[in-house]
This record gives sequence, C-alpha cells and structure tokens, in this order.
Amino acid sequence: MISFSAVVKRYPGGEEGLKGVSFTIEPGEFAFVAGHSGAGKSTLLKLIPAIERPSSGAVLVKGQNVGALKRSALPYLRRNLGLVFQDQKLLYDRSAYDNVMLPLAFGELGAREAAARVRAALDKVGLLARARANPIQLSGGEQQRLAIARAVVNRPSVLIADEPTANLDAASAAAILEIFADFNKVGVTVLVATHDEALIGRFAGRVLRLAKGSLVG
Amino acid sequence: MKTWLRQHRQAMMAALGKLAAQKSAAVLNALVIGIALSLPAGGYALLSSLRSVTLGAALEPQLSVFLHGETGRAQAEALGLRLKSDPRVGDVRFVPREQALKELQATEGLAEVIAALERNPLPDAFVVRPTLAHAAALDALAAELRSMPAVAHVQSDSAWARRLGALAGTARLAIALLAALLAFGLVAITFNTIRLQILTQRAEIEISKLIGATDAFIRRPFFYLGALQGLAGGALCLAILWGSLGALNVGVAELAASYGSGFRLAFLSPGDALAIVLFSTCLGWFGAFLSVSKHLHEIDYK
Repeated sequence: MISFSAVVKRYPGGEEGLKGVSFTIEPGEFAFVAGHSGAGKSTLLKLIPAIERPSSGAVLVKGQNVGALKRSALPYLRRNLGLVFQDQKLLYDRSAYDNVMLPLAFGELGAREAAARVRAALDKVGLLARARANPIQLSGGEQQRLAIARAVVNRPSVLIADEPTANLDAASAAAILEIFADFNKVGVTVLVATHDEALIGRFAGRVLRLAKGSLVG
Repeated sequence: MKTWLRQHRQAMMAALGKLAAQKSAAVLNALVIGIALSLPAGGYALLSSLRSVTLGAALEPQLSVFLHGETGRAQAEALGLRLKSDPRVGDVRFVPREQALKELQATEGLAEVIAALERNPLPDAFVVRPTLAHAAALDALAAELRSMPAVAHVQSDSAWARRLGALAGTARLAIALLAALLAFGLVAITFNTIRLQILTQRAEIEISKLIGATDAFIRRPFFYLGALQGLAGGALCLAILWGSLGALNVGVAELAASYGSGFRLAFLSPGDALAIVLFSTCLGWFGAFLSVSKHLHEIDYK
C-alpha cells in the first residue's frame, strides 16, 4: 500500500530530514510514526501525498511512485488519501458542514449524495448536531474531529494524521485515536504520527520509530 | 460533463457571492471600468453619428466649372462635349443657371433673399468627376479648364470633404488608441482585484490544494469574478453613454433645429453595444487570467 525505499529528504541548506528510510505499510494496517519533535515524522508523512518530494529514494503509494508524479496528477493522488493536519487547517469563514463539504466540491458526487456523505462523516465523528457551528465555536477536540470528518468524507483507503492529538487532553486524545481505530476496523489503512508514547501503548498498532531522520525501530 | 457543468455553476455562484459580499468595492470597480470604457465608446458613438452627416458629402474628387455669364447655351454644349471626350474626365453633369437658382431657393432662409433679386446672378456650370485621384493631376486639369475662354472659375469641391474624411480618420485612430490604453487599465484593475481576492482566500486555496483540488477548480471562480466585473463595467459604460447622449441631445437638437436639421447623436447599434459588453467581459477575464497565473503559483505545494 505504502512503501518507502531508501528515502532521503534533504532541505535547502543541506539539512537532512530523513536519512535513507525504508519500510512498507500493508493495506488495512494501523501504524504509528513515533519520535521526538524534529525526528522527521511530519517530513515522512508529507512525502506520501507529495506535499514534499524525496531528494532520493522512492515513495510508492498503491504502486505509484509519488515522487515522480507530475504536478497535474497530484490532486488525484491526494483525493484518495485522507489527510489530517496537526493544525487542522480548517476554514473559519464557514460552518463545520461546509468545511467537510470542501473535498466533495471538486469531486464527482451529485449534491444530494454529497450532502448525505457530509452528514454521515459528521455523524461518525459525533459532530452532526454541530454541523452549522463555525469551527471557532468548537473545542480543540471537536476541531480535530471535524478535520477527521473532512479527511474521511471522500472515503479514502488511507488515512494519514500528523500529531492529531498534540494539543488535546488525554481523554480527548484517546477519543480521537478511537475514531482512527474504528476506521481501521473497516479496512482503512491508518498512519498516525505522534510523540505520545503513552497513547501508543493503549492501541494495538505497528510502531515506526524515528530518531534524527532515521528509522530506529 | 455533468460534473464539469456543476463545477462551473458552483464557480459562477461563488463569484457572484464574492461580488455580493463586497458590494461597495464591486460597484466602485465596475464604475471605474464603466467610466473608462465610456470615453472611447462615446467617441465612437459621436463619430458614427457624424458619419451619417458626412456620408451625403462627395468624398471623390469633383470639380465645379462655372461659365461666364454671357456664355451662350450652344457654346456651353460644345464645352460639355469636349469635356466628355477628355479621357481624364469620368462624368460630366451640366447644371443650367435656372436649376442652380431653384436649388438655392430651396435652401432654408434664402428663399426671400433670392426672390428679392431682379435677375438670376448664377452662371451655367458643369460638375466634373475626373478619373484622376492624384492631387497634382487634378490641379493640372483644373488649371487647363480655367484657361478655356468660356470658363470663369473652377472650384475643387471635394477638398473640404477630403479634409473632413482625414479628420474623421485621425479621430478614429485617436479613439482606437484611447480604447487600447483604457483596455490596459481595465486589465490592470481586474488583475489587482483578483490579486487581493487571492490573498484573502489564501487559506482556502492552500487547503483545497492539499486535499485534492485541481488548478482548474481553483482558478475557475477567479475567472468568473474577473469576467463578471468586466461585464458589470461594460453594462455601466452603456448606461453612462445612454445618459450622456440623452443629456447632450437636448442641446444638439436645439442647434440642429436652427439649421433646419433633425440631427441627433445616436446611441450605439445593438451590435456595437453587445460588442462593448463582450469586449469588457473578455478583458475582465484576461485580467483575471494574468493575475491567477502569476499569484496562484506563489501558493503552491510542489
């Protein structure tokens, strides 16, 4: 499903974010990318939807070398991946409902089916009752759940989350991870970056441990 | 196809929504475009109206050959035959002095003056249309005719019409240049409006790109916004022109009536009006295209 082969990411100035990382995530797997701040977790996750490109090595998603994809092909890659960002990247000039509707606006679903998908996604993360609320009115945990709803509304086969519990209390963080686990139970491949070792311990999942850009476990 | 149409409808609605959300800015932009376009459009309307007046004037070279008062009809006919046989002359029309007087009497305000005359002061004349167009050759023909014993005076009638034609040509060129300059202005206005809009929507564009929006999807609402702004500006231009011509026509009607004319400044033909609106819409779209091409690349994820 996702395969890294001797991937190096070198930033301008020569600093290496990743140093020859290789691993494979199988379809339906639940995996954590663990490590301290600056270990290279975010860099690794950004390589999958080609937000960053590898300096050398290959990143394959469903057999496709995403590092070699043309710019015009990237939107179609990203539509098949559910992305949850550390800072959620919500739009605060529209409702929770409209935030979740955003990925469907450039898809091919009709209005009625799109609306049903949005309601289902909001229901799945427990926010259907707050569909008309502005994200600013939501708590940190709710905002993160809203970001998850937006990531899953296109029914992706892969869900990638970068520190989704970073600013949450333990209970909210566990609730967020439960949502990811639920999606994994229905066959979605889940890759979550976190530095919270305690949280990792509570969920059964493979752990890819990064330290200073190298895979150490 | 259905998806494509739906996305276009969404983009159009999004652009209309943006215009509605920034009413005063949208109205001011449209007003600036409308005023800028109304200058060349007004000039064009003015020239079109004047053309209807000048169309009656002979723009081809023409010579009026006036005979001496004592020239007899037989002598005049002989001169007419000679003129007709000249290869430099295309057409000759004899205007007897009686007909010339009748035509003069028909002129507004002159009937009473003519009636007061004891005798017809007008000479017999020939109106000659030469086959030549070159000014020097025409001058030579006029000089030759002038030297004939029966000829009292030769007048080149087309000189003023040619001057008017040249003046109209210069005015048309000036209007075209003005239109081109103001078209650049319109493109610049739209360019800047779209640039500001892109900056305002930067977060939405960034996020949309991250979650799979194509460039076409992101660009489309901005293209509609530019085109709608141009369309509104074009429509306002027509409104400004209509109002201005209406106001000017009050004075023009009064002036024309004093010359016994029903002349009015005419509004643009439906085809011309449509062309202005389309032109303005296309310029708006083009301004948006330039702005989007330049600024969207600044918000890019590989």
